[in-house]
Amino acid sequence: MDFSIASILLLDGVTNGAIYALLGLATVLVFTVTRVIFIPQGEFVAYGALTLAMMQTGKTPGTVWLLLILAIVASLMEFVERWRHHGNAVRAFKSGLKTLAFPLLIAAVSIWAAPQQFPLWVQAALSIAIVTAFGPLVYRVAYQSLEAATPLVLLIVSVGVHFAMTGLGLLFFGAEGFRNPSFWEERFALGPVTLSGQTVIIFAVSLALIVLMWLYFEKSLRGKALRATAVNRTGARLMGISTHASGQLTFLLAALIGALSGLLIGPTTTVFYDSGFLIGLKGFVAAVVAGLSSYPGALVGALFVGIVEAFGAFWASAFKEVIVFTLVLPILLVRSLRSGHSDEEH
Amino acid sequence: MSNKNLPILLLALAVPVIALLPLPDFWIAQLNYIGLYALVSLGLVLLTGVGGLTSFGQAAFVGIGAYTTAWLTLNTGMSPWLTLFVGLAFTAVSAVIVGLITLRMSGHYLPLATIAWGLSLYYLMGNLDALGKYDGLLGLKSLSAFEVDIGQGRLFFVLCWAILIAGAVALINLLDSRPGRAIRSLKGGTQMAEAMGISTFRYKVTIFVIAALFASVAGWLLAHFQRTVNPSAFGLKMGIEYLFMTVVGGVGYVWGAIVGAGLVKLLDDYLQVALPALIGTSGSYEVIVFGVALVLVLKYLPDGLWSVVARKLPSPPRKVDWQNAPDLPARSKPAPGDLVLQVDKIRKQFGGLTAVNDISFNIAAGQIVGLIGPNGAGKSTTFNLITGVLSKTSGQVLFRGNDISALPSRDISRQGMARTFQHVKMIADMTVLENVAMGAYTRGNRGVVSSMLRTNQAEEQSLMKEAQRQLERIGMGAYLHEQAGNLAMGPQRLMEIARALCCDPALLLLDEPAAGLRHKEKQALATVLRQLQGEGMSILLVEHDMDLVMNVCDHLVVMEFGTLLTQGTPAEIQASPAVRAAYLGTEH
Repeated sequence: MDFSIASILLLDGVTNGAIYALLGLATVLVFTVTRVIFIPQGEFVAYGALTLAMMQTGKTPGTVWLLLILAIVASLMEFVERWRHHGNAVRAFKSGLKTLAFPLLIAAVSIWAAPQQFPLWVQAALSIAIVTAFGPLVYRVAYQSLEAATPLVLLIVSVGVHFAMTGLGLLFFGAEGFRNPSFWEERFALGPVTLSGQTVIIFAVSLALIVLMWLYFEKSLRGKALRATAVNRTGARLMGISTHASGQLTFLLAALIGALSGLLIGPTTTVFYDSGFLIGLKGFVAAVVAGLSSYPGALVGALFVGIVEAFGAFWASAFKEVIVFTLVLPILLVRSLRSGHSDEEH
Repeated sequence: MSNKNLPILLLALAVPVIALLPLPDFWIAQLNYIGLYALVSLGLVLLTGVGGLTSFGQAAFVGIGAYTTAWLTLNTGMSPWLTLFVGLAFTAVSAVIVGLITLRMSGHYLPLATIAWGLSLYYLMGNLDALGKYDGLLGLKSLSAFEVDIGQGRLFFVLCWAILIAGAVALINLLDSRPGRAIRSLKGGTQMAEAMGISTFRYKVTIFVIAALFASVAGWLLAHFQRTVNPSAFGLKMGIEYLFMTVVGGVGYVWGAIVGAGLVKLLDDYLQVALPALIGTSGSYEVIVFGVALVLVLKYLPDGLWSVVARKLPSPPRKVDWQNAPDLPARSKPAPGDLVLQVDKIRKQFGGLTAVNDISFNIAAGQIVGLIGPNGAGKSTTFNLITGVLSKTSGQVLFRGNDISALPSRDISRQGMARTFQHVKMIADMTVLENVAMGAYTRGNRGVVSSMLRTNQAEEQSLMKEAQRQLERIGMGAYLHEQAGNLAMGPQRLMEIARALCCDPALLLLDEPAAGLRHKEKQALATVLRQLQGEGMSILLVEHDMDLVMNVCDHLVVMEFGTLLTQGTPAEIQASPAVRAAYLGTEH
C-alpha cells in the first residue's frame, strides 16, 4: 500500500465515519434520555433514502401510507388512554387529533407533491419530514406505556420494532435496491484524492448537525429538559417536564438524524429495505465505544469504525463486517477493565 | 415433589407413544424442529428468565456446534459422538470469553456484545472457504448408533426429545439447589447475594455458558438431522427468534420454552405461506407479525403464555425429608470477652464530602453494640464499610484478629460476619425456607453439575435442616413453606435475621431491624436479640428506635455528621449533653 491508496482509504473511512457518527450520536441520545437501546435507528436511514428514491420515480412513497396507519393507531391509543384516565371524551378526542394532525398534513402534502417532479432538494426536504414524523409515533405506539420497564425489556421491544420496520420496509419499498442521485456533482482534486461534492456535503452536514445538537443541549431550555430527564426521570417530572414529551422529542430527533443520514448515504451506495440495520449497527459500535453516554466519545468511535472498515475492506474485503463487529469485544474488554467492579441495580 | 415431576413424566411417556402413532412424516419433522428450538430456548430460560441476562447470540452458538461437527466429520471422518464434545468445548471457550468481557458491566452490555458476536460469526461462516462460504457444507452423515440409523424420522424424534427432556430435568434440578438459589438471586441486584458469600459474576458467566452449551447440542443435532449446514440458520435473525420463542412461551418457565418453540415454529411456517399469498409477492413478511407480536406480548403478557397455566397449577409444599440429615460443620466461636471486631479510623470520602470521618470502636464476643445518630450521620455508610460493600478511603477493620479491610463483601461473609439489610432484600417467589437456606451458601460446596444430576441431596438436606433450625430459633417455625413475598414486614425482617444466622456467624450486623415493625413485633425482636446474645453471639445494631437500643445494647457508639460523637453504656449516653444536643439541638 502506498500513500495515495492510504489517503483514499482514509477519506473513504472518514466519510462513512461521519455518518456513523451521526447515528452513534442518535443512539447515545436515545439511550440517555429514555434508556431504550434503539436498534431500529438504521431503519430510519433506509426509510429516508428509499422515500427519496420513490419520490424520484414520481410515485407516492410507501412510507406515506405507513405513516398514516401508524398515526391512526397512535391517535387511537392516545384517545383511549386519555379517555380512560380523565373520563373526558372531548379532551381525549382533541388529544388524539393532535397526534394525528401533523402526520396527516405531511402525508397530504407528500401525496400531492409526489407526482409533480419537484427539484431534488424539495423532495429531500419532504422525505426528511415524512421519516421524522415516524419518530414520535414509534415512541408513542411501542415504548411509551413501557417507560418504567427495565432497559432489558426495552431492548427486546427494540428488536421487535426492528423486525416490524424491516418487514414493513420490504412491503412498501419492495426487495429492489435504489441509488439516489448526488446532491452536488462537483469534484475537487486534492493531491492524490478526489473529493466529490457529495463527500463535502456529508462532512458539512455532519459537522453542522453535531454543532447544532451541542447548541441545543447546552443553550436551549428544551435541550436542558431532555438532559434533566436523562439524569433523573422522577426529578425531571417533579420539575414539570413530561417524560412522554421528552421521549417523543428524543425519537423525533433520532428519526431526523436517521433520515438525514439516509439522504447523505443514498448517493454513495445502493440502499435496500434492510440496508439500514448494518449501517445503524456500525453507528452503534461507535456508541458502545463511548459507553452509550458520551457525544464526543461517539464521534471519535465513529471515525475509528469508519477507518477500520475502510482498511479492512482493502485488506480482506470479505471479512470487513467480521472485523468491524468483532471490534466490539476488545472495546468492551477495555471498558470493563476500566470500570472496575460491577454495578448494583440494573 | 411428585406433583412437580408429573409434567415431565407425562411428556416422557408421550414421546414413545407419538413415535408409534401413524402420524404423517411431516408432523414428525415439525416436532423434531420444535424439540431442537426448545433446547436452545431452554438455555434462554435459565439465562434470561431466571438470571435476568439476555443474549441475541444463541443462534451463533448453535452454529458453532453445527459447523464443528460438520467440518470434523466431513474432513477427518471423526465419529459424530466425538465431535459433539469438540463442539461443546469450542462453544464453552467462546462463551467464557464473551462472558468474561461483558458480564462485569451493567446488564445491557451482554445483549449488545452478543449481537455483534452473532453478526461477526455469521459473516465469518459465510466467507470462509473451508466452511463452504454461504453455500455451507453438504453431505453430512446421519447419526447412527450400533449400525442403526437414528438420525432421521421417528428415531431421531425420540433421541431429540429425550435430550430435551433430560435438559429440562437437569434445569429443574439445578434451580432447586444451592447453586440454583444463587442463580435465582441474580435478577434482584448483586448486593444480597454477595453478602451471602456468592460470587455473582461467576454465576453470571456460568449460566451464560450453560445456555450456550444447550444451543451447541441443538446445533449438533440440527447438523446431522438436516445433513447440511449453512450460515442462514445461525444469523442474528434466528438468534432473535430464539429469544422471541422464549418470551412468548414464558421466559421464567422451563415449560414455557417448549410451548414457545412449538407455537413460534408453527406460526412461522403458516405465515411464510399465508402472508406472501395475501400480499401477492414473496418475501419474509412474517417478521412484521413477529415484531408486533413481540411488543404486544411484552406489554400485555410479560411473563409469557405459560404463566397463565402456571398460576393454575398447585404448588405443593416441599417434602420435609431432612430430620435425620447430619448437621453442617460449625465454625469455632470466639471465647467470651475476645475482641471480635476492631474498627480503626475508617474513613470514606465521596469527592469532597467526608461521609465517615475516622471512626473507631470495638466489639467484644457476646456484646450487643448499637450504632446510633441522627439521620445522615453516616451510620449506614459505616455499616457498608465494615461489611465491604463500599471501599474505604483509609483505615483498617480487624475481624477476629484478621485484617478484612480490603476484602469484598462475599469474602468477609465467608469469615463469619453476616448482615441484614435496611430495605429487606429477598427472592419473593421462593419460600421462606429456601430464602433462609441461601444464608448457608458458604457452608455447602456442591456445584452446578452435581445439582443437575441430583447427587447433591445429602447436602441439600443438611442445608434445609439448618435453615429450619434457624427459623425455629427465632420463632419463625410456622412460616417455613410460605412464599417470602407474602410475608408482612415484621416476619420479613426476622427471616433476614434467620438467613444471616444460617451463615454460622460470629458477628451479626443488623441494619435497622426494627424499621416498620409494630410494637409487639419490636418486643419479639428484642427477645430474639437477647436470646442470641445469651448463646454467645456478638451483634452490631444500627437502629433509630431508642427504646429498643437502650433496652438491648451493652455499649453505644454515637455518630454525628460522619464523626464519632461519643461512646459508652446506654446510661452514659442518655446522660450525655452532647448526644442531647445532636438529637434535639441546643438552647440559646
